[in-house]
Amino acid sequence: MNATTDKGLAERGMGFGLRAISRLAGSDVLDRLGIRRQVERALYQGAKNGFRSATAASRTFKAAQKLTKPARQAHGKSSGLFDVTPDDEQQMLQEAVRGFAADQVRPAAQAADAACATPPELLAQANELGVSMLGIPEELGGVMHEQSAVTAVLIGEALAHGDMGIAYAALAPGAVATAIGHWGDADQEATYLPPFAGEDVPAAALALLEPRPLFDPLALETKARRDGGDWVLDGVKSLVARAADCELFVVAAQADGLGPALFVVESSTKGLAVEPEPAMGLRAAATGRLVLEGVRLGGGALLGGGDPAVYRECVDRGRIGWAALATGTAQAVLDYAIPYVNERTAFGEPISNRQAVAFAVSDIGIETDGLRLATYRAASRADRGSDFAREAAIARRLATDHGMRIGSDGVQLLGGHGYIKEHPVERWYRDLRAAGVLEGGLLV
Amino acid sequence: MIDLEIPKKFRPLVAQANQVATEVFRPISRKYDLAEHEYPKELDMLASLIDGMNEGSDIGGAGATGVRRDESDKGEGNRNGSNLATVLGVIELCWGDVGLLLSMPRQGLGNSAIASVATEEQLERYGGKWAAMAITEPEAGSDSASIRTTAELDGDEYVLNGEKIYVTSGERADLVVVWASLDRSQGRAAIKSFIVERSNPGLKLDRLEHKLGIRASDTAAFILEDCRVPKEALLGSPDIDVKQGFGGAMQTFDNTRPLVAAMAIGVARASLDETRLRLAEAGIEIDYTRPALAQPAAAARFLAMESDYEAARLLTLHAAWMADNSRPNSLQASMAKAKAGRTAVDVTLGCVELCGSVGYGESELLEKWSRDAKILDIFEGTQQIQLLIVARQLLGKSSAELR
Repeated sequence: MNATTDKGLAERGMGFGLRAISRLAGSDVLDRLGIRRQVERALYQGAKNGFRSATAASRTFKAAQKLTKPARQAHGKSSGLFDVTPDDEQQMLQEAVRGFAADQVRPAAQAADAACATPPELLAQANELGVSMLGIPEELGGVMHEQSAVTAVLIGEALAHGDMGIAYAALAPGAVATAIGHWGDADQEATYLPPFAGEDVPAAALALLEPRPLFDPLALETKARRDGGDWVLDGVKSLVARAADCELFVVAAQADGLGPALFVVESSTKGLAVEPEPAMGLRAAATGRLVLEGVRLGGGALLGGGDPAVYRECVDRGRIGWAALATGTAQAVLDYAIPYVNERTAFGEPISNRQAVAFAVSDIGIETDGLRLATYRAASRADRGSDFAREAAIARRLATDHGMRIGSDGVQLLGGHGYIKEHPVERWYRDLRAAGVLEGGLLV
Repeated sequence: MIDLEIPKKFRPLVAQANQVATEVFRPISRKYDLAEHEYPKELDMLASLIDGMNEGSDIGGAGATGVRRDESDKGEGNRNGSNLATVLGVIELCWGDVGLLLSMPRQGLGNSAIASVATEEQLERYGGKWAAMAITEPEAGSDSASIRTTAELDGDEYVLNGEKIYVTSGERADLVVVWASLDRSQGRAAIKSFIVERSNPGLKLDRLEHKLGIRASDTAAFILEDCRVPKEALLGSPDIDVKQGFGGAMQTFDNTRPLVAAMAIGVARASLDETRLRLAEAGIEIDYTRPALAQPAAAARFLAMESDYEAARLLTLHAAWMADNSRPNSLQASMAKAKAGRTAVDVTLGCVELCGSVGYGESELLEKWSRDAKILDIFEGTQQIQLLIVARQLLGKSSAELR
């Protein structure tokens, strides 16, 4: 079968309406021709493209001030001592976000998951807590004098204890602001950063991931080709948080002569489109695909001068962010499972009196603590300007392997009750798998 | 301020311990693995050196002297003290050789027990001696509350009777700290530890074990036959406090478990370091930014093992740091021991697999490390005992509820 015929069938399918598709699907003609799979795929694509829409109209990003040089947050200094205690400022922020996560986020999580959207007022409240401005230098309205990966990790962990999907939705704009705060030139900073420190924080997303198996952020299929002084981008980005609402993107693309690089893309730019891409989890983040077709950007769109080290750092910082979210959600599993297994009785006593149950709880506790410490270490190295690629990779590995296991054990400990939506563990099962899949999206 | 690096002030200690591991332990590692029960005389000079290190600084040394909690030192703010220093030193030395560390004169677990709970008079009397620890019996391993060795007061002396096995450095030590019951009808509260001179005629060496690993370390079995010790040899309080129960005796373990975890970290890192070199020779370099699944399977496997190693390492440092800051760390100590014990076994065996016959053969030390590692998931509380302790704490359960 050739592609034209596939598409024809699919298009006819859309035209016939569902009854016809059903009839076609029920007949054995597709199997006889050996094209059932192709037709199904084409039908899926056809249906999906039917939902493709333009990106949101962006506000006019305009520099309110002129900087002579880019503003940068300083690296922190080490006290030279081992310490697992956050500083006072971090503890305050952590407490505030914990309270918000417990009082507002957790109660809203199930509905947000079902609706594939986070209520705007929740996102606004998160912004009021300052989650989007951690990476903004003080000169541009930020509040943090020094780099704040550790603070970002503590906030991510606390938010994800409420809900990982809502955390992704809430933290996505901050990833863009932090990217520009770290690597933007004077113009980019002055143009894009002030709104992120203001009252009306734009939806924004850092788009690295592409939809294919064995995705490697160092080998992108999204291409940026030079055309005179411009860049022209083509490709597809996957699982972008709040894609349809975003006013600003930072997009990773393989750039002519540079390798993988980051580009600042306003949502009103021609050639952009979004498609809903609901997934297994993180549904509250309203994930979508960002399609770039001949997207023409000025030379000033390139972030960090296309330095390959900047791009690698971006990948690594994103992974620390996901490890932080996984830590928070893993802790949520533990905190939920403990009272459950203590109260649930079987064979005349609490099921937690059995080693098989109790040891599963121990392992969740042990691996969550290990993941947390590894994540903190990666972030604190980043803040001090030490190499952290290894530590970020380790945090990601732990989040991937143990996060998944914890999600699974959380459901297992609740048995059949864990499988139904009356309890949040089935959502955490779905969400925790994301830690090993997502690249970018977050940035600490 | 969150900072999980090795503290600056301990870096010289770490470097020194690493030097000892490289220059003293590694060259004789295979020799004493093959010559089980032979005394590693090379360690005598080293032990004196370490005694000197302990005397000359307040940051612990490389062994078991630094686990005493100093209540007078509850200062404000973040403290990095002897617990962290000792853990860091032990990691480095066990990167050299676990069996040899366990054979270090005057660095036995008995020394830890004495350092942790002895009175000033006892410290005076027994300080500077090498002390082994005798808890396990043929019929009581993990269930140390059910030991059968008894201690009866007779005038100014206790008379000990029973059988003890798995006494590390039992033959070589000057002292053996023996756990015995003052009154078996009163259960765990009656269990006390007694310092017995190795020369005591009532303490009879029965045999030395032949083991899977840590062969440089002698593992003795004793028979205690009307073994008389002075009243002052009892460690801690002679009162049988049923309310306090086993807590007193078990407290030692909160301090020693991070040390055994540290041993596991050391041997795991030895295997990882060696395997990284071997893989590089085979053309496999680990790229930390490229996804594991986009790299060769060997690199992905290595990264997974290294990640668990790092989690275990940080849990261990965390447990020691809590002790330094006078925070109860029973939960963290057991978490560290559980994670480090199982990780050391997985990592060292995994490295043998990655290195193939080079890993499996005796020409290199990888196979030895994987044999040495297994004991670390067993002694000072098995994996399962650690999981029990962790579970009881997390679930708020007593040992009667969760058995």
